[in-house]
Amino acid sequence: MATKKVICTFCGSVCDDVEFDVEEFKPKKFCKLGRSKFSKKERIKAPMIDGKEVSYEEAIQKAAEILVNAKKPLLYGWASTANEAIRLGVILTEKVRGVYDQCASVCHAPGTLAVIEEGIPGASLGAIKNRADLVIFWGSNPMEAHPRHPLRYSMSAKGLLIKGRNDRKVVVVDVRKTKTAKKADVFVQIKPGYDYPVISALRALIKGEDIDVDEVGGVSKEQLKELAEMMKNAKYGVIFYGLGVTQSRGRDRNIENAVKLIQLLNRYTRFVIWPMRGHYNVVGSGEVPAWEVGYQYAIDFSRGYPRFSPAEFSANEVLQREDCDAALVIAADPVAHFPKESVKHLKKIPVIQIDPFPNMTTLVANVVIPSAVYGLEAEGTAYRMDGIPLRVKKVIDTEYWSDEKILEELLKKVVELRGE
Amino acid sequence: MVKSMIEVEVISGRTLDQGATVEEKLTDEYFKAVNYCELNEEDYNTLGLAEGDRVKVKTEFGEVVVFAKKSDELPKGVAFIPMGPYANQIIDPSTDSTGMPQYKGIKATIEKTDEKVLSVKELLEVI
Repeated sequence: MATKKVICTFCGSVCDDVEFDVEEFKPKKFCKLGRSKFSKKERIKAPMIDGKEVSYEEAIQKAAEILVNAKKPLLYGWASTANEAIRLGVILTEKVRGVYDQCASVCHAPGTLAVIEEGIPGASLGAIKNRADLVIFWGSNPMEAHPRHPLRYSMSAKGLLIKGRNDRKVVVVDVRKTKTAKKADVFVQIKPGYDYPVISALRALIKGEDIDVDEVGGVSKEQLKELAEMMKNAKYGVIFYGLGVTQSRGRDRNIENAVKLIQLLNRYTRFVIWPMRGHYNVVGSGEVPAWEVGYQYAIDFSRGYPRFSPAEFSANEVLQREDCDAALVIAADPVAHFPKESVKHLKKIPVIQIDPFPNMTTLVANVVIPSAVYGLEAEGTAYRMDGIPLRVKKVIDTEYWSDEKILEELLKKVVELRGE
Repeated sequence: MVKSMIEVEVISGRTLDQGATVEEKLTDEYFKAVNYCELNEEDYNTLGLAEGDRVKVKTEFGEVVVFAKKSDELPKGVAFIPMGPYANQIIDPSTDSTGMPQYKGIKATIEKTDEKVLSVKELLEVI
């Protein structure tokens, strides 16, 4: 049969109800983002060293030499690959006494810091679909970043107890009147960087205290009171927060305050909070090192044992301090997505890239190793945004090696060169 | 009243087109998906902008030339640039010890310019 059931490997929703026609190379039922992933596009043709095409073995030999000769390499990325590859990546980082960091560092890692402080009252997307009668998107815009999330879990999904859009109230708190905001019942427009005080005001109002001002962060006291009442009176509420909260002033403290708000709400009703994770396995890029060495990101192995400190060992801190002398970038594109102050150092040091597609990091990489696309050309395990593990499939054959195979060979070569 | 410069707060973020072209960064489609700055209609008119016009966005941390677009999603005084290499020329790189640069809520000035919008490759050269 030409049409096969597949699992999408674009965003953190990891849709497991999509199909792919292997003969026509055609995605079916996907959103625009998933369709782009499962469509034909330019690939890195072959492994390369300084722009010259070489064999996989030669590229891996060169990559191993760079890593072994470096005093402190940075191994960064990991959000768009499978857990099996990430596991090898953590072992490799330990072997070369490098720094392990992953895409959440510039995405949802502030939430990880908040969870360390406060914990997280969460739920699976299934539970939310079945039960939530109040859905709040706070600084998140699923209509553009997770297009099928509203349909499958949060807005119009048909759940066990909540039968559809009419049974749910949807609120959007955002700086912009986004596409998601236009579909909401209530839109609360806040000023950039005012998430923290708005959350604090809601905490006060929910406790029954008065606030001594007419507006907070651009939101009128009246609207804040309405929102507080809505939250208190919900049977089962959820806040899905996005980068509007983690990348703005306050960062981790915003999430910490939001978790405290949820803890308070649970004295009155059932309420949960969950991050809208971006890449399909960015959860794995944190969970795998967490079960391997105890930490999710910003992990330094230079002393031979793992140390966690985002102020020192996150990719942007390391690069801006010029505290790494080589980098391996896998399944990510820091040259496009890091501030220019960090990119400057990446341009100066030897860079190894492992990725299926050419991107801006390819332009600065000395060694480029093309890889197979998980979910299409390689199989492996990924964690959906709520931590549910899903086995993504291989449905077409390829000459490209999987990240897992590349890292396995690279690890062998590193061990050999180090004479262990 | 038309002014030559306005003050705004810039935020960057995901768009559907940016996401759909994120694995094709060296194509024209990606270039088009990330090389613009959206402004509220009032701000857009204050600068006397028309379709195809370019603006220079300047912050304490850098400057970048991008195309200007009108948006009905933004309040006055807030500008939006899709996440990517253009936005990253002007965002605040410091992480306040969290590891996270400040990608959203950066004070900026915006002015109309005749300078050209650099390609993705040219942008990388000037960093």
